[in-house]
Amino acid sequence: MAMLNFERKYRVRGGTLVGGDLFDFWIGAFYVGFFGITSAFFAFLGTALLVYGAALGPTWNIWQISIAPPDLSYGLGLAPLKAGGIWQLVTICAVGAFVSWALREVEICRKLGIGFHVPVAFGSAILAYVTLQVIRPVLLGGWGHAFPYGIFSHLDWVSNIAYQYLHFHYNPAHMVAVTFFFTTVLALALHGSLVLSALNPPEGEVVKGAEHENTFFRDNIGYSIGTLGIHRFGLLLAVNAGVWSAICIVVSGPFWTRSWTDWWAWWLNLPIWN
Amino acid sequence: MNIRFKLLLAAIASVGLLSACGERPPVQSVQLGYRGTGMEVNYNPRLMKIVAERNQIGGIQPAADTSGPLAKDIYQNVQVLNDLSVGEFTRVMLSMTEWVTPTEQKNCTYCHNAENYSDGSKYQYQVARSMLKMTREINSQWTSHVKQTGVTCHTCHRGGPVPAYKWFTDPGSGRENAFIGTRAGQNSVITGLGMTTIGHSSLPYDPYTPFLLGDANIRVEGTAALPNGNRSSIKQAEWTYALMVHMSESLGVNCTYCHNTRAWASWSQSRPQRTVAWYGIRMVRQLNNSYLLPLTQTFPAHRKGPEGDVAKINCATCHQGVYKPYFGQSMAKDYPELRGRKAPAAEAAAAPAAPAAAPAKTATSSPAKASNVIAQATAAASGDRL
Repeated sequence: MAMLNFERKYRVRGGTLVGGDLFDFWIGAFYVGFFGITSAFFAFLGTALLVYGAALGPTWNIWQISIAPPDLSYGLGLAPLKAGGIWQLVTICAVGAFVSWALREVEICRKLGIGFHVPVAFGSAILAYVTLQVIRPVLLGGWGHAFPYGIFSHLDWVSNIAYQYLHFHYNPAHMVAVTFFFTTVLALALHGSLVLSALNPPEGEVVKGAEHENTFFRDNIGYSIGTLGIHRFGLLLAVNAGVWSAICIVVSGPFWTRSWTDWWAWWLNLPIWN
Repeated sequence: MNIRFKLLLAAIASVGLLSACGERPPVQSVQLGYRGTGMEVNYNPRLMKIVAERNQIGGIQPAADTSGPLAKDIYQNVQVLNDLSVGEFTRVMLSMTEWVTPTEQKNCTYCHNAENYSDGSKYQYQVARSMLKMTREINSQWTSHVKQTGVTCHTCHRGGPVPAYKWFTDPGSGRENAFIGTRAGQNSVITGLGMTTIGHSSLPYDPYTPFLLGDANIRVEGTAALPNGNRSSIKQAEWTYALMVHMSESLGVNCTYCHNTRAWASWSQSRPQRTVAWYGIRMVRQLNNSYLLPLTQTFPAHRKGPEGDVAKINCATCHQGVYKPYFGQSMAKDYPELRGRKAPAAEAAAAPAAPAAAPAKTATSSPAKASNVIAQATAAASGDRL
């Protein structure tokens, strides 16, 4: 009950972007708002379309269901439902749902008078998705360049797209993105373990605070980034992981058609030793 | 810094980043598989223009009179083209002069002794005779790879005496005994031959010696999801990878031109082009062993590699960056003289032809052995929606 009282205190009116007071209410724990409605609408419609597409397809095996984009011959035009049209509608629903969710986060931030860090961070993930499914296909001139909706099929697509450039690990932006992903995990593991080590001692021992945490890393590596700094750092790492993922795929095709290994010829061609 | 300035900086940085790639839209794409599989080749039309200019077919001499007397009855020492009329024979000689001799010596004496044209003392004469045999064998025995398109001297030579794309066995980078260990034929910016590595990658840079001269096993992938006795190492996989990158770059295509990369080894999921490539590997291997290696003593030292080995062929020798040489245009269709020996009537002098026939037989036997498997795979693959 105490928690509910605590929550009610912050259930403040206003701050909506669209719809004024009309959707400014909660259902249980969840704030609704105009974008809550659109999120739910797009999510349900998109899922229903996926199920419809699966029903048209050859299998109900959850691993093998695949809703594929149209043939390249359709270019950037609309395709018949059974020839990629479902994929196009699902993509509209997905972008609609993701963006709605981000804007719902914005409304909540506005209610609380806090910064927009969470929707901005989520925006980097949306950017990666939109780059894959909209921006890159538009740059290449066909929806058929996007990935299919299926558990195995989208992985097969990733494999083939990578081998379109013979050796994707040589893609410099892919290198940066992978490094950000791994470093994000490293930073979260270090941060989580450090906090638990100080704040969650065995029974009978005293809880320690930031001084202990900072001292651990000063002793360990000569520097502690600090309690606020680690969160800035974590956000920087995670957002960059998404942004560089988007960069690494948008350059593959529109801005580089050859083997990624050959991109590195610029190094050999530097005037220092060439 | 205000937000606008930051955004401007970000915009400048991203434009700089993208331009660093060196290419731009629009690009042209070819779909190679079922929609959504990601099997496609992207071509940059600006780059393709350059490739297209480099891959024009050579000059074609007017068709010759096939009826006249046989060249072997008029000229001396005609060993390979002894089934041709004088007109056809002369046509081939003129064409070879145009296709093969160097620009500074575009005449018969690049190969022939001007005093006595039947004198075979020049090494170019010996090599040309062997290459004519080879061309005829390719066009008649290796239709599994060259189909009816065929090849001529120009396919490799393109107007010069030494084909632009060839290979020598690499002597290594010279650091094999280095303190920190051996590079094992890879991880080097420049090869022992001073050439760039396979696709500028760190992969082994001489996959030709094991695969296109020797017959080392190319297929390293397991046939089941879980380990089941496949002892191939990552290192072996890298040798195969290097050969495949060579093939891709030679043809200006990517891996998905032949493979669906979810299952490299599966013929039923591969494109039919993979079977053509399979024969291509066997063809190159056989030609290197039957035609190039035997010329080791014939060639002078300055035409050989650092190990004293003769120049050998690989996929790039003919393809030169294009999925089909000259984008599929056939020069050989206008050169029946180069398509193999003519009607049996002209085969009266069978004795000199016998040595040439022997390697041809061994060559066809190995593809024939696997032909059942391949035929099944081809049938299955063409049944797929490609």
